[in-house]
Amino acid sequence: MVTIKEFPKEEYLLKGHAACAGCGPSIALRLLFKALGNKVIMVVPACCTTVIQGPYPFTSFAVPLQNMLFEATGATCSGIVAALKMRGLDDITVVGWAGDGGTVDIGLQALSGAAERETNFIYICYDNEAYGNTGLQRSGATPYGAWTTTTPTGKKERKKNMPLIMAAHKIPYVATACPSYPVDFVNKLRKAKEIKGTKYIHVLAPCPTGWRYDTSKTVEIGRLAVQTGIWVLYEIENGRFRLNPPSDRLIDKSKRKPVKEYLAMQDRFRHLTEADIEKIQTWVDEDWEYYSKLASNECV
Amino acid sequence: MAQIIIDTANHIAGYAAKTARVKVVAAYPITPQTTIVEKIAEFVESGEMEAEYIRVESEHSAMAACIGAAAAGVRTFTATSAHGLALMHEALHWASGARLPIVMAVVNRAMGAPWSIWPDLSDSLSQRDTGWIQFYCADNQEVFDTIIQAYRLCEDERVFLPAMVCLEGFILSHTYMPVKIHDQEEVDAFLPPYKSGWILDVNNPFSHANLVSPEWYMEFRYMIQEAMENAKRLIPEIDKEYGRHFGLQYGGLIDKYRCEDAELIICTMGTMGCEAKIAVDNLRREGLKVGAARIRVYRPFPVEEVRKLAEQASIIATIDRHISFGMEGFLASEIKASLYHMKDKPLLAGFIAGLGGRDVTFKTIEGIAKKSLKWMRAGRVEEETVWVDLRG
Repeated sequence: MVTIKEFPKEEYLLKGHAACAGCGPSIALRLLFKALGNKVIMVVPACCTTVIQGPYPFTSFAVPLQNMLFEATGATCSGIVAALKMRGLDDITVVGWAGDGGTVDIGLQALSGAAERETNFIYICYDNEAYGNTGLQRSGATPYGAWTTTTPTGKKERKKNMPLIMAAHKIPYVATACPSYPVDFVNKLRKAKEIKGTKYIHVLAPCPTGWRYDTSKTVEIGRLAVQTGIWVLYEIENGRFRLNPPSDRLIDKSKRKPVKEYLAMQDRFRHLTEADIEKIQTWVDEDWEYYSKLASNECV
Repeated sequence: MAQIIIDTANHIAGYAAKTARVKVVAAYPITPQTTIVEKIAEFVESGEMEAEYIRVESEHSAMAACIGAAAAGVRTFTATSAHGLALMHEALHWASGARLPIVMAVVNRAMGAPWSIWPDLSDSLSQRDTGWIQFYCADNQEVFDTIIQAYRLCEDERVFLPAMVCLEGFILSHTYMPVKIHDQEEVDAFLPPYKSGWILDVNNPFSHANLVSPEWYMEFRYMIQEAMENAKRLIPEIDKEYGRHFGLQYGGLIDKYRCEDAELIICTMGTMGCEAKIAVDNLRREGLKVGAARIRVYRPFPVEEVRKLAEQASIIATIDRHISFGMEGFLASEIKASLYHMKDKPLLAGFIAGLGGRDVTFKTIEGIAKKSLKWMRAGRVEEETVWVDLRG
């Protein structure tokens, strides 16, 4: 475990990147490099990071980065890992870094294949709950009720639970994270780096542009997501589920803030009725019953 | 020591990948390609081939994995057919745009709907504009030799492009023929270790293929066109050098047969080229001045060589195992385009034949030749595109 004071000073996400003000994913990127260092090869499909890295002939990344087709991150990483193995290079971490659309929708097949093949890499889904790069259309990770440009009256379906889909692949490490909890995220990455096989980390990455809140509130929104329990910090290591702080203190419903506080801060939920909010609160509570069972190993 | 084995073209493609010292294979099964990937799986698991074999979950992922592996610095191989190739389409553009020297065997098969597992060239010809070099083979030996030649070409710094080595399903893929498997050391001498124009390197980090504005994009495309022109120049040279090493060569871009004084040149691709040679011999015995030209390399298209061929011919008959709906066969169109600027052009007759695996024998080709000669004597082609043996 490292504390925030022990984070390395080196920056591998360089100045001059092209992220929006208050971009949650760019905070996660910076932390990613703090955790993994620069002996990293990254694969980035079409996503906000296509823009964040900056246009040719520039880059804001101090690691080699292969830009790749939208749906192909998992397979591309498999190819890189295989080539590095044939070249005897065993000290390089291969990282797939993709948005929610590129993970839970169009990239699901290639990711599932890579996981089933036990590809030795870290896959990170930075989830801003919409197709951000194309101007905020609904994805499979968009939550119920959220406004997007393709759900102008709010999404009618629930968010896909991607981390548990990945856990069903029986990979050695699955974790959730949020850049508002940097120590948690960095330590999860450091742990993942040491594990052989496919490691999947799903990062809820607030997006002021898409979620419609003030750019100064990104960290606060992320904290509220966790404190209300709508986003749960946990890890599943070799099948063992463990809630991480502060989520581990939230099994008791009374410790969780009302979901309304999280929803009210974002204009993408502005149109929700009280009934909608109640419905979301019920779902969160139901999810927590399930997570508490997982935490007590009553089910897997 | 070189050895002669009797095997199918698909297995031979596997031998070629092994002999080329391919380091990563990523493939997904599809009829009639399957026995290539099965053979390679055997080679890898028996330890005869030192490679990582990625059993991907789709052809799109097969090409993506090859792109990743080639970018990370090793020689890669894959193989597919028909719908698998179509599913790869997006990744084909990426591979050539990324200038990665990937070699792929395409076992030609007709496209659905309706389902067909039998051969025609519509799968690979539909990928004409993806920036891949395209070779078409006429026998199993040529499959082996072309795969080796393709790596040598693709990894030349003047080229750095991917290549398809196409062979027709069943006609070659599942047909046994004797093939000389060249000595490993001799192949090593002809084909040096893997080389690419760039590599994912933690000591020299850069973003590859990030967003390029209109200010630069056209230049990247122009460089691919230049590389194709270079390939057109290099293919005959490499073929000749291959001949010096191994005693086998294929005429470079076009495999020409008895064309010197031919009034009629029958222009084909793939295995129809073999049938055409038999037809030419038979027609020559009848005193008819007929030759055959098998287009071995379709991209880059051998425009200049086609023009040279056309100089002494009175008529060229193209036989396409493919149709560009709403137009004609691709080969017919390419030949027409190649000859446009010639002063004295021969007549051109286009024939569509053998779609979805319908047999095209030397007898079919003799019929095509006789019809073409009749039109030649009349000085006029009566039908611009003839569908051969079409049911009424």
